[in-house]
Amino acid sequence: MLKLPIYLDNNSTTPMDPRVLDAMTPYFLEHYGNAASRNHPFGWQAEEAVDYAREQIAKLIGADPKEIIFTSGATEGDNLGVKGVYEMYASKGNHIITATTEHKAVLDTCKHIEKTGGEVTYLQVKPDGLIDLKELEAAIRPTTILIAIMYANNEIGTVQPIREISAIAKKHGVLLFTDAVQAVGKIPVDVNKDGIDLMAFTAHKMYGPKGVGALYVRRKNPRVKVTAQIDGGGQERGMRSGTLNVPGIVGFGKACEICMQDMEADTKRISKLRDKLETELMKLEEAYINGSTEHRLPHVTNISFKHVEGEGLLMGFNKNIALSSGSACTSASLEPSYVLKALGLGDDLAHSSLRFGLGRFTDEEQIDYTVKAISETVLKLRDMSPLWEMYKEGIDLSKIEWAAH
Amino acid sequence: MAYSEKVIDHYQNPKNVGTLDKNSKNVGTGLVGAPECGDVMRLQIEVDDATGMITDAKFKTFGCGSAIASSSLATEWLKGKSIDEALTVDNMDFVEELNLPPVKIHCSVLAEDAIKSAINDYRVKNGMDSIKFEESVVH
Repeated sequence: MLKLPIYLDNNSTTPMDPRVLDAMTPYFLEHYGNAASRNHPFGWQAEEAVDYAREQIAKLIGADPKEIIFTSGATEGDNLGVKGVYEMYASKGNHIITATTEHKAVLDTCKHIEKTGGEVTYLQVKPDGLIDLKELEAAIRPTTILIAIMYANNEIGTVQPIREISAIAKKHGVLLFTDAVQAVGKIPVDVNKDGIDLMAFTAHKMYGPKGVGALYVRRKNPRVKVTAQIDGGGQERGMRSGTLNVPGIVGFGKACEICMQDMEADTKRISKLRDKLETELMKLEEAYINGSTEHRLPHVTNISFKHVEGEGLLMGFNKNIALSSGSACTSASLEPSYVLKALGLGDDLAHSSLRFGLGRFTDEEQIDYTVKAISETVLKLRDMSPLWEMYKEGIDLSKIEWAAH
Repeated sequence: MAYSEKVIDHYQNPKNVGTLDKNSKNVGTGLVGAPECGDVMRLQIEVDDATGMITDAKFKTFGCGSAIASSSLATEWLKGKSIDEALTVDNMDFVEELNLPPVKIHCSVLAEDAIKSAINDYRVKNGMDSIKFEESVVH
């Protein structure tokens, strides 16, 4: 039986896997010790659990457990990675290269750095969402200390050529930071093969709990250091003070272990469902996929339905299907998605987009229901869209002088 | 953000969706907003020459639920009103009737603009001057 509402917003957050919850439970009620308490069994148990989780997490990304710094999530990881390098390597330079489609946690961190005297280059992306490697290399200066490019984009799922990027970084002696929130646990990520120096990721995007994440910090070739952004008890080798969230960390570890076991089978099944969803929705007239379809996460698609406004579209089914739109009608700024605009999409197409994030618990029945509900709503709204009527009459909408509003 | 019952009702059962003959002398058409802003409203009125009464009203809207509801409500309000009465419809009337939150006030402004624009189109077609309106404050 189909259970409503259907959750297709897995890029925002994922449900917890019940196996993760089972692993966490004892660490709330029985083993509640502080991992930094060295003098009694409660502390020892907590420390042991954290060490084990650190191994599970490191294994998933091909790292050494000592290279995992626990954080409260990826926003903190992004801040610590970028600001931490900027401050630690101040004597080497003050220039950072990033891209316009990064998450706000990276973009706003860079803006903060600019205010304190740093210099930042924001690379434009190509229409498929990928950065231009030649532009990247050309942007490197003698003062460049960091390249911060995300592994995969949260809105369109575009996967950047991380290995090529890291090769360029290495060639010029620049560190590479990547926000890999959407990629880790979904596609193979290996910090050594990929040549990553710092990487932020989080548990709640991979069926783990909210409020816990990690920053990978390379210890060998080169040994990377970051300046702490939170001072205190000196946990995490002084890079991130604060009592460790033991149950969260245990859940994070378990989530990584499950992702490692199930990734191949999950990807195969979920990408098939994604492809079905996409193929069916693309049968509608004037539907466009946003971002690269070649270099893309297996569970994501982002589609614009021209001449229909995204929020109005969501309203047709959002009691029963959870989705996001690039339309910013609900946000105070009234600006549509900056990621879609960075691809060169007109504001009209950006306003007309839906983002689909499938997940481990998505099934075919849900996809069939979604295709039907969205198709019907698109047709219904086009029937009441003046733009659709004008388009059908052959009027060039770009030639109309719209009243400024 | 939760929508009010009235917005949901207009969205699900919009009143008077459609198109009147824009070339007819009796029909005034207002097209306001812009695709780049995420909402475009087209409001049309049909006026009885002899009485100056609005006999029919139709809309088509590209926009969010609140924009659709505001235009649907506008058509309901306009039918049976005289042109002069129609000119007194204020954007705050939509805000109150539909319980629009502050972030959706621009939808009500758009609906008021659409009414005025349709009336002016009708006036110009029939040899009258278009009325100059003060720029709405909330845009």
